[in-house]
Amino acid sequence: MDESRFQPKAEIMDGAAIRRALVRIAHEVIESNKGVQNVALVGIRRRGVPLAQRLAAQISQIEGKECPVGILDITLYRDDLTTIAHQPVVHKTEIPFDVTDMTIVLVDDVLYTGRTVRAALDALIDHGRPGRIMLAVLIDRGHRELPIRADFVGKNVPTSKQEIVSVRLTEFDGEERVVILEAKQK
Amino acid sequence: MQRNLLDLRTLGKAEIELALNTAEACKQLFDRPVRKVPTLRGKVLVNLFYEPSTRTRTSFEMAGKWLSAEVVSITAAQSSVVKGESIKDTARTIQALGADYVVIRHSSPGVPYLLARTINARIINAGDGTHEHPTQGLLDMFTIKERFGRLAGLRVLIVGDILHSRVAHSNIWGLRTMGAEVAVCGPPTLLPSGLAELGVDVYTNLDEAIQGVNVINVLRIQRERQNSVYFPSLREYSRLYGITRAVLDRVGPDVLLMHPGPANLGVEITEEAAEDERSVVHGQVTNGVAVRMAVLYLLGGGEHDALVD
Repeated sequence: MDESRFQPKAEIMDGAAIRRALVRIAHEVIESNKGVQNVALVGIRRRGVPLAQRLAAQISQIEGKECPVGILDITLYRDDLTTIAHQPVVHKTEIPFDVTDMTIVLVDDVLYTGRTVRAALDALIDHGRPGRIMLAVLIDRGHRELPIRADFVGKNVPTSKQEIVSVRLTEFDGEERVVILEAKQK
Repeated sequence: MQRNLLDLRTLGKAEIELALNTAEACKQLFDRPVRKVPTLRGKVLVNLFYEPSTRTRTSFEMAGKWLSAEVVSITAAQSSVVKGESIKDTARTIQALGADYVVIRHSSPGVPYLLARTINARIINAGDGTHEHPTQGLLDMFTIKERFGRLAGLRVLIVGDILHSRVAHSNIWGLRTMGAEVAVCGPPTLLPSGLAELGVDVYTNLDEAIQGVNVINVLRIQRERQNSVYFPSLREYSRLYGITRAVLDRVGPDVLLMHPGPANLGVEITEEAAEDERSVVHGQVTNGVAVRMAVLYLLGGGEHDALVD
């Protein structure tokens, strides 16, 4: 999305808040699965990927066990390819383990309409038959268009549809924070 | 990317790179339990072939099917073409049937451009006479890049009938754009003029041509396109320009041998060379499907424009 026509309205998380939220989600993932036996994390490109890797690092610190981490590119599963102006670049999906019968925790930065998660569910199921799929997001901003909900949420943020929630991560943006952007006045 | 894929001459480096990277992601789908993705669900792909073809047509059919498009193939021998229908009329009929993509092969150069001006579907050139065969060019570059990890700085030798070969033309345009060195070798009668201006090194002696090459791409002797005699005999051609295992040995252990197929074994390439471990003659089929999936995906994006006419 073209963010140049938008300006920051409010910062809703700083680096410390992001870290604390991920620590809590890591604990919740372990708790709800009674350990991490048979649990794998799959990050949705792009910003779900570093979040999944950070969650895996937290889980290994807490539990002393490594969870496998995969990367999912959902481009070929999008339902808006013929209506968006610039079509997205297809990247590789990297799931170096068999998902069949595993508990997969999908990880993304923002949960909004639910369409990305719908595409991710389809993409994941084409890799095998997971025993269970769960969803972890850093921000849930509401406005769902599909019957989808997250199992683990870093922060619930009420937003208007005219705003953008921008998750800024060191890996891509050189800073750690979450800001709400609103359209510039013309 | 552009609306249509008509040639590699007008494609820029960034566009070729995007196509090759997308093909890499598409190829990865073949390792999954479910190979099909829903990307082009509800879209219609029409293969319109006025010349015989096995691998290109099948490869486009498979590419369309793995992307969930509806695929229809029309070969001229079974269509109303034999009743005298013109290309434009056929194209309009196909448009009326709701085609989103038309893959066209024709013996006359320029027919894909005519279609692109006539109908609103996205047009992919699958070979127009002796002019270009862009998806074959992309597929050859993909295969080279897969092996060497890059294209820039490599030296690629194309051997055979450069004059009549659309594969050679697409390869030359694409490889030059990507920064590879291109050399060609063949009988003087089968080398068009003006190659040097494109930055291509021209040889008539195979032993000189193979010095320091990374890739040898062997072209088929196209007997159907040769109305006059360009060389004395197939036997002489084979002796002077045929690729044998001995030729590969003179180049070295790392050379990559390619042939767009179908090969005249014993003429431009010996069976022994085609079966050599340095040869990917039989391994290019999967790459062809991946490259064509990438092209279909890249042409599919964006909003549909208003009707052309």
